[in-house]
Amino acid sequence: MTRLSSTVTSRRQFLALTAAGSAFALAGCATAQPVASTGPALSGAYSGPPVTLEYWNGFTGGDGPAMRQLVADFNASQDLVTVKMNVVQWAQYYQRVIAAVHAGKGPDVGAMHVEQLATQAARQTISPLDDVVTELGLSASEYPAQVWDAGTYDGRRYGIPLDVHSLGSYANTALLEQAGITDRASTGEELQRNLSALVAAGVETPFWVPNRWPAHLIFLSLLWQFGGEPYAPDGGSATFDSDAGVQALTWMTQNIDQGFSPPNVAPDSQYTAFKNGEGAVTWDGIWQINDLQATAPDLRWSLAPIPTVGTEPAVWANSHQLVLFRSRTPDDNRLLASKAFLRYLTDNSAAWAAAGMIPARSEARETPEFRASPQAAVADAIPSMRFLPTVAAVGEVQAQTLETAVADSVLGRAEPAAALSAAAERATALMQGNLQKFER
Amino acid sequence: MSSTGTGLRAAAAAGGKPGTVAGKDVAARPRDTASTQGRDTRDGWLFLLPYLVLFTVFVIVPAVFGLWISLHDYDYTLPEKPFVGLDNYTGLLTGDSPFAAPFWSGMQATAIFTLASVPLLLVLPLAVALAMNLRFRGRNFFRAMYFAPYVLGVAVVAVLWRYLLDTNIGLVNSYLDAVGLSGAIPWLTQLPWAWVSLVGVTLWWTLGFNTVIYLAALQDISPELYEAARMDGATAVQRFRNVTLPGLRPVLLFITSVTIIASVNMFGQSYLMTQGGPGQDTRTAIYQIAETGLTSFNSGVASAMSLIFTVFLAAVSVAVFYVFRDRDAR
Repeated sequence: MTRLSSTVTSRRQFLALTAAGSAFALAGCATAQPVASTGPALSGAYSGPPVTLEYWNGFTGGDGPAMRQLVADFNASQDLVTVKMNVVQWAQYYQRVIAAVHAGKGPDVGAMHVEQLATQAARQTISPLDDVVTELGLSASEYPAQVWDAGTYDGRRYGIPLDVHSLGSYANTALLEQAGITDRASTGEELQRNLSALVAAGVETPFWVPNRWPAHLIFLSLLWQFGGEPYAPDGGSATFDSDAGVQALTWMTQNIDQGFSPPNVAPDSQYTAFKNGEGAVTWDGIWQINDLQATAPDLRWSLAPIPTVGTEPAVWANSHQLVLFRSRTPDDNRLLASKAFLRYLTDNSAAWAAAGMIPARSEARETPEFRASPQAAVADAIPSMRFLPTVAAVGEVQAQTLETAVADSVLGRAEPAAALSAAAERATALMQGNLQKFER
Repeated sequence: MSSTGTGLRAAAAAGGKPGTVAGKDVAARPRDTASTQGRDTRDGWLFLLPYLVLFTVFVIVPAVFGLWISLHDYDYTLPEKPFVGLDNYTGLLTGDSPFAAPFWSGMQATAIFTLASVPLLLVLPLAVALAMNLRFRGRNFFRAMYFAPYVLGVAVVAVLWRYLLDTNIGLVNSYLDAVGLSGAIPWLTQLPWAWVSLVGVTLWWTLGFNTVIYLAALQDISPELYEAARMDGATAVQRFRNVTLPGLRPVLLFITSVTIIASVNMFGQSYLMTQGGPGQDTRTAIYQIAETGLTSFNSGVASAMSLIFTVFLAAVSVAVFYVFRDRDAR
């Protein structure tokens, strides 16, 4: 009968051990900070012991197969480094990668949107890459200036540009022909004329204005076109309620008032309607190219830069950038191998055009394969592409404020000027809080 | 192993009372001749242990840690987490914090959803359970059908209904149009329709669970009571009021508490179906807390929000228990 009592003690011991263990783990979480390190310089190919690298990204859509192919090609190109790719939806990616790095379980290499670099750098998730860029022989001259510059925060480089992607104007060519339209609109007046012609030709609602994604991207594009800026460059205040902002949002709601768009367009239905042939023209990201080709093979469509509605050409753009993550225990071999993988990705970025993206490297945009792709038409607009300023946590603020104001106006629940100024006031308060937080 | 086996058999012989198992075993040891009560407590702790470990690690420790976080400007990604005292609470309570307005609008959204959904989730499942308790052909088929949506995950339910309820390209409006009604109802993009949709979908989704509990309780009511009532000349309504309802009272407390808790915790439906819209009007308290703490990393404010929310929840729970205890006393 002593067995039972021994079970009791062992369970107690187990309990005590568990408690001590979790306390230790918690204490560990509270103190250890990830260290920024890029390891020794990489000369030639990686020659250390075999390593397996973790590579995280959010290429869940039509861009996924293209990246998987690049990784498979890299793994086949040499024997020492094996890259394991983990795909997490972008919506969860940034929270998860921050948690992973701070828990000491972060990946080695990743891809990120350029507007997240400042946030991730301030949250100590990614390493500065100034040395790496030199080692890999990359220079500003190989990239469009604003894409290259967008990868820096606080005077240091955190991302290596992989691609640029922007909004574009998709049109259903069959419906355009039906309305006798031969040229894609390049100004706001031309667009209005085309939309009127489409309505006259029997397309009831040719231009659907969404209230959520990508509504705020349309708004930002128009804001820049009217000469405004969404945020102060120092990150201290939101300025999207300027006259330019009001003009931009008013233009969006006018399309609903004039009947070019139905009211109450729910998330995703503007794009679904375009695929179904209900909308003739729609502004959406070039990341939809692969989806359109795969899920609407019978639809005839064309892609063009968005017309200039305001006073100067401008379009919202973003860029996927390659990053190296921090680690609590940096390992030189892993870092060297990571750099070899980064070099392979940048050298072979022409293949990334298969993802429906515009390769960031200028030479990769000159290949005949890229020139033949649908997104080549949008690539000509690179000089007018605009990126969000590199302000830490600006994306989080924007989701809570600007996006709500745009949604409320598009749904007719608030006047653009009132909605924007209330949202900008709250955004400024949040940004001030962030400034304090990240400066300490 | 063998000793444990003997112990279990002994327990079975003694009518399965937990205290007897080890009590008998331990009595065999000379040093343990203390009173039965002392030994019983030890055995109680032994049986509690597995759950106590989970409860400590996943409830008590996080709750205390949450309290501690709420007193700091806490962002786990930053090395400095300065102590701010009660600032997070006062900011929310006085409205000075930029997080206050969204939080209270989230609390209001939670209240609206709870008030709209709980009565329906208490009454409709009862009606369905009464119908399913009758004898008719295909009864099992209908029982299964009513329960079926409950096995789906919130993501499946929400995505499904988001497309069905789309204002411009949805099936529901298309059918309404076909039968000559207004086919332009903004189910997910305007109020009050967004609430109608969220409550309706939640009802469709979780009705089956409450129905099954009611049904089990209905089958537990002794048929003799109904027989006696019928002998006394009670009508169907009188039988329902005086036999069925009192018979259901024990499960009513359970169903009411569980339904209220599920309703105040609503998150997935509005996150996926309306994305908190129109504007932020269908963002519930939980939604707002998750957004503040997990997306924007303001864990300090989010923990303060959670604790304020907890106080409200505790008040509601006390009220529910009071209502039911009062009736039992009569």
